[in-house]
Amino acid sequence: MLSFSDLKKNIKNNPTGLTPVKVALLADSASQFINTAIRGYGAELGLNLELYEADYNQIEQQVYGPTSELYAFAPVYIVIIQSTEHLLHSFYKQDDRTGFTDQVIAKTIDLYNILSQRLKTQIIINTYIEINDQVFGSYAAKTQSSFLYQLRKINLGLMDLASENTGLYITDLASLSAVKGYENTFDTKMYIYADMAFGIDFLPAIGQSICQIIASTLGKSKKCIVLDLDNTLWGGVIGDDGIENIMIGSLGMGKAFTQLQLWCRELKNRGIILAVCSKNTLEIAQEPFISHPDMVLKLDDISLFVANWENKVDNIRYIQQVLNIGMDSMVFLDDNPFEREMVKSAIPQLTIPSLPDDPADYMLFLRELNLFDTASFTEDDKDRTEQYRQQAQRTSLQNSFVNEADYLASLDMQSRVNAVDKFTLPRVAQLTLRSNQFNLRNMRYNEADIADISSSENYFTLTFTLEDKFGDNGLIAVIILKTIGEDTLFIDTWIMSCRVLKRGMENFTLNNIVQAARDHGFSKIMGECLPTKKNGIVKDHYQNLGFTLNGDAWELNTYSYINKQTFITGKQ
Amino acid sequence: MDTEQILTQINDIFKDVLESDDIILTTATTAVDVEEWDSLNHIQLIVAIEKKFGIRFTTAEIYTWKNIGDMCAVIVQKTQK
Repeated sequence: MLSFSDLKKNIKNNPTGLTPVKVALLADSASQFINTAIRGYGAELGLNLELYEADYNQIEQQVYGPTSELYAFAPVYIVIIQSTEHLLHSFYKQDDRTGFTDQVIAKTIDLYNILSQRLKTQIIINTYIEINDQVFGSYAAKTQSSFLYQLRKINLGLMDLASENTGLYITDLASLSAVKGYENTFDTKMYIYADMAFGIDFLPAIGQSICQIIASTLGKSKKCIVLDLDNTLWGGVIGDDGIENIMIGSLGMGKAFTQLQLWCRELKNRGIILAVCSKNTLEIAQEPFISHPDMVLKLDDISLFVANWENKVDNIRYIQQVLNIGMDSMVFLDDNPFEREMVKSAIPQLTIPSLPDDPADYMLFLRELNLFDTASFTEDDKDRTEQYRQQAQRTSLQNSFVNEADYLASLDMQSRVNAVDKFTLPRVAQLTLRSNQFNLRNMRYNEADIADISSSENYFTLTFTLEDKFGDNGLIAVIILKTIGEDTLFIDTWIMSCRVLKRGMENFTLNNIVQAARDHGFSKIMGECLPTKKNGIVKDHYQNLGFTLNGDAWELNTYSYINKQTFITGKQ
Repeated sequence: MDTEQILTQINDIFKDVLESDDIILTTATTAVDVEEWDSLNHIQLIVAIEKKFGIRFTTAEIYTWKNIGDMCAVIVQKTQK
């Protein structure tokens, strides 16, 4: 991990040219160094953070004062950092010790409600570092009125709150400090001297955690992990050692590799795509996945299995094209520093952790990197592996057709078109938060925003699923239309999952938009593309669909519109 | 280690932490003499010096230093133990 001093130097490299992300920092202890750590790590992740730091110990004043600097700044993120040391002081002042948790949680709910009423913002709070004040000794763990008991209840209560409120996120200092140890996260002298609740060596971990939360809510999250095999997923070389001699399960240091495989399987179940990229003969490389009894990962867990003797750069590019996701949303795990270096220099956007030499260290190292932070989790995520496996099958079918239309017709595509409802709401919010490529205006909406939009009379929403003979892609497109005049609808949001590109989904979607407009008596549809670094594929979107440019906006007359050709049929 | 050697090493730490190559410390130097040496940087300096020499200052010590010489004296004493 970067040192505090590295982070401080990083601030000078804060990326410019990007829209700044406004972050407010409120803390009950000295926060100047937390400020430095957040900005330094923000620069590391390519975020252009603009930070407002409240004066020392001003959380309540800033939140409750309607004319405070906080509201004048209008942040998109508010980070509230509270220390265990200050919590302990309020605990000691408290007569009703067993009721302490309820009080703290009620106070937090109140802060959250006020902030989310007054600002359109996401709020990041911390769990408390867990220490025992040793007034009860070990007996604290079975005494409700002890500090330790209340502290742990508070931490769980905060997590409950966050799970119930989509705009509330947690930087989990409790688990971060468990890795480092309290004696390394707290500098007694600096606490007395400057009221710094976190030691300099712990600040990078805090900065990392906060910035990773921000990055994931901005759509910068990892979607795929590409795995090498020999000495990464198992010990030994399958081609040389043979299936009975590779180390996995109980053989040799197999436990280290079993741990990694278990973790990968959990990631897969959470919605991270697993791919294999190995220099091997395909049949030999696949053999352990099929017949080794101790292998955790099976062939079904791998969306795309690439084993050949080509170079890994080409293979990874191939994987990226088939899956159709951004290189910067992929992670490549390989034990071989030479391969890593070669891939890194060819594909700098790819994340390539420098795996430690000793496989025993793999898991500790990977956990600390915290590569797979996410801002949401939906049921749909679990099915992703299967969807990408189907995608790989479609790609191979496509290669057998000369004519694009024949291929599309052969897919038997069907789409269910609906307005947003309570079942699709989380997925719709997730798409607006995470889609970067096929996204015309990059409007980011959380679940509460989408709920507001779908109940508003000024908006019309459309969601699209897509299934074909290979399987169901789930909900893959979202349209939000906003009334901006008696006869005009504005396309506030047009997002499509990149899983379904080149399937004629654009035509089908537009046919449905026009139909919706006509049904409600709108004669004109307007759209615009706000360019970002990543949405280049939609640069000419409206032009391609036959809109005409009027000033800065693209327009379409709904009455003269003739339905476009599509191979997708609507489904009830 | 004598005061002179310690002074050289501290000087390097100051240059690194304060990100300024122009700093030349003497035993008489105080915070007033070094532009970047404010109370926040002071904390970072102390932590860096502690790490470099493998020692821990007490809170009382960091409150009582008047100049670099005082700091060096404490380091000499702690590194000799």
